[in-house]
Amino acid sequence: MKVVNQEIPSIDGKSLMMGRQAYSNDFADTDSLIIKVLRSPHPFAKIEVIDISAAQELPGVVIVLTYVDFKRIPFTRAGQGYPEPSPHDKFVLDEYVRYIGDEVAIVAAVDEETAIRAVKLIKVEYKVLEPILDFETAYNNQQILHPEPEIHEMFPIGFDPKKNIAAQYHMEIGDVEATLNKCDVVVNETFYTQAQAHAMMEPHTCNARFDHLNRLVIYSSTQTPFHIRRIISQALEIPIARIRVIKPRVGGGFGGKQAVHGELIVASVTMRTGKPSKLVYTRKEVFESTYTRHPMRFDMRLGAMKDGTLKAIDCQVLSDTGAYGEHALTVFMVAGSKVLPLYNKVDSVRFGGKVVYTNHTPAGAFRGYGAIQGNFALESVIDVLCHKLQMDPIIFRQKNMIKEGESSAIFAIMGEGTEGTPMTMDTCKLEYCVQRGMDLIGWKTKYPRQVVSKDVVRGVGMAIAMQGSGIPLIDMGSAIIKLNDGGFYNLLVGATDIGQKSDTVLAQICAEELETTIDKIIVTSSDTDLTPFDTGAYASSTTYISGNAVLNAAKAMKSRLIEEAAIMLQTTIDKIVFNGNSFFDSQKKQKISLEDLSNRLYYNQNQKQVATTGSYVGHKSPPPFMAGFAEVEIDIKTGETSVINYVSVVDCGTTINPKLAQGQVEGGIVQGIGMALYENVIVTKNGKLVTNSLMSYKIPTRLEIKNLVTEFAESYEETGPFGAKSVAEIGIDTPPAAIMNAIYNAIGVRINSLPATPEKIWHAINERQNNQE
Amino acid sequence: MKIEFTLNNRTISTHILPGEYLIETLQKCNIHSIRRGCDTTNCGVCTVLLDDKPVPSCSVLSAQVDHHSITTVEGIAHETEKLSAHFGKEGADQCGYCNPALALAVFALRKENSHPTSTEIDEYLVGNLCRCSGFKNQNKAIAAYFEEEAYQEEQ
Repeated sequence: MKVVNQEIPSIDGKSLMMGRQAYSNDFADTDSLIIKVLRSPHPFAKIEVIDISAAQELPGVVIVLTYVDFKRIPFTRAGQGYPEPSPHDKFVLDEYVRYIGDEVAIVAAVDEETAIRAVKLIKVEYKVLEPILDFETAYNNQQILHPEPEIHEMFPIGFDPKKNIAAQYHMEIGDVEATLNKCDVVVNETFYTQAQAHAMMEPHTCNARFDHLNRLVIYSSTQTPFHIRRIISQALEIPIARIRVIKPRVGGGFGGKQAVHGELIVASVTMRTGKPSKLVYTRKEVFESTYTRHPMRFDMRLGAMKDGTLKAIDCQVLSDTGAYGEHALTVFMVAGSKVLPLYNKVDSVRFGGKVVYTNHTPAGAFRGYGAIQGNFALESVIDVLCHKLQMDPIIFRQKNMIKEGESSAIFAIMGEGTEGTPMTMDTCKLEYCVQRGMDLIGWKTKYPRQVVSKDVVRGVGMAIAMQGSGIPLIDMGSAIIKLNDGGFYNLLVGATDIGQKSDTVLAQICAEELETTIDKIIVTSSDTDLTPFDTGAYASSTTYISGNAVLNAAKAMKSRLIEEAAIMLQTTIDKIVFNGNSFFDSQKKQKISLEDLSNRLYYNQNQKQVATTGSYVGHKSPPPFMAGFAEVEIDIKTGETSVINYVSVVDCGTTINPKLAQGQVEGGIVQGIGMALYENVIVTKNGKLVTNSLMSYKIPTRLEIKNLVTEFAESYEETGPFGAKSVAEIGIDTPPAAIMNAIYNAIGVRINSLPATPEKIWHAINERQNNQE
Repeated sequence: MKIEFTLNNRTISTHILPGEYLIETLQKCNIHSIRRGCDTTNCGVCTVLLDDKPVPSCSVLSAQVDHHSITTVEGIAHETEKLSAHFGKEGADQCGYCNPALALAVFALRKENSHPTSTEIDEYLVGNLCRCSGFKNQNKAIAAYFEEEAYQEEQ
């Protein structure tokens, strides 16, 4: 392959570093009204009186909107395909506010200072209600967070708002209790994960205006421009044909920009005022008022025989979706569906639980999407079991984990909100990943611990993981390729580049099939008027789903070009050979260059436009796999812990661009390390988020990240474009479990509640010492 | 009030509001490379060079730059292009939102220390957050840039 699997520099990196106009805010009209949002100071309250008169009278204020200005149309902000597996439980503005930071009123003014002053002039009398801030008390609580009659589910997801349940699910294969009863060894443990923040560098940003056709044009830092267009149309009753959504460059998303955030607000202001408007979230708003990862509790039970055969897994989950049920069911299900098949040889497996409403910032999509939470719980409890069995955790995994050619009954049963899709692991290089990672980390010499000095010890730990490649039979991507005079191409894709560099990856796929170079492929992406449909950048779908769509369009283009060349050369298509630059007849007697062909087609002879379309919907979701190995160093006097080595060996099929794939894996690893050790979420007993800035919420910096080693397994997924599977999410899954396992191996204490802060580790060490004394 | 300052070697004479921050003034001057990332001077995304020293433009009052010199990547395009080539080669650019500010910090480091160790690079750039990368490809690109510049200077 000449273009695919090559380390080609990204097509936009240089321009972005040079500061060109590129991101949503760069495209805001200079005379945009500036929008500020009044947000709730209470975790749960009913607005009894809202007086906007003083704000309206302030010179420079153009419009003030409250819940009385909006028709009550329930929708979900989730940004998923339609009908969504998330409950329609949100109104643009409501008379109830359900978390600190929930929207109360919208102000648009001629400048920022005026908008901020006007927000402060709005007088609100709240009836403060008792909030639910402990998610373990939400179910069946007498306080009901969503009593409103209009809300509903789109299809059965277990929605039961009278019991504060946004969604629920249960499945069992075999008989878990009976199997556990027959096991030699049974372990059970409870785990907690936190409401991690995405902390992408670009805050959520959008702006709106009317164009020359009197249509509403919105630039947004979104991962889902087509879903955004649909949701704006549904929630604000604007004809969908009147809306154009453009996603320019996006400064990171990680799932945090899958949902609708400010788009409904700018659309409302511009529709009502006729004036351009813009909304740039403050960092505090990004933390408090977008959404987070779903915090979860896992009650895990495993049963095994003395020889190390895993027989049963029981995984009961309670998930906190916060004030609204965005991604409630699907994130929860992925905690099982993309984790439990790792151990496919068990006799019985059970997964179930509830997703409950609380008065926290809503939870939503976040890279890993449940799999990281589930992986932390399962891969931690597997090590607990290994310890009890006195078995090396690698030998245990090698014996019990899924292997190439195998399947799991879970694939057919559990999908994302619906039934799943049966599939066989046509590519699964986990055995290689584990073996190679073991060698790279030096497992044989380092396991379980090494004493560095009286106060410093090191330990190694590992975890295996899987993810998916798009949602089968739901996620659809498409592409249009247009030949231009001069012999170059436009590639139009709905796919959404949010910094993962998918425009570059898709151009590489296109160039490979058309046997040309990447500079001949001009990519336009994510403009609902100009580019064909794509569900968006989520579920690790772009390389596999949109990539296959591009490949289909490129194959069609190749056929069309050969047809046209055959006409020009007065021969038949079977006699034409195309090398990317020129067409030859089989005797190589005649030739025409692509440039000549295109120029003749447009200016002189047999004139016509050549353009092709390709689309793709997955019939399976081939999982990428990886083995992650952590080496930690712990100061036992302070509990301070750092990851001094992290080894990742990944099977993502063909890496379309190995350097960019490495960037995806390592970016995920660092976010996973953050979740494991640093990203502490502190909420006061009144429901106020303390960690609401980049000062108080600690994401890893270059100083915390020591040595990362990332390798890819040789792997070729037949259904993927040039053998590729996905690589966007898999990197984030292993660090929490691998690091907790390493901490256990180093100091003999296990941290079951993320993140493992120095305080928790210090307390655990002391508790253990006290117990021993 | 009215201020006068040098922006990328051109003189800017402009009216500012009381309490106006440099990031706002620069955005009015159509500088796209200066972006907001946080409101607490933690992320480094709004970094500019004030008399060749990196500062967060979100916390510098525009009044403070009266008769001073401000540089952004728009003013040192050639140097930025060279660094970006190394980023491209290492696949280190990713979402790109923090890259212009990171580039300025790298140039400032080079003024102070043309042969930094990898630890010195990490310590100098620690205020430039990034959520996309694992930092390692960035550091490789930055090290390669320093190496190449040192080689060019020796020639």
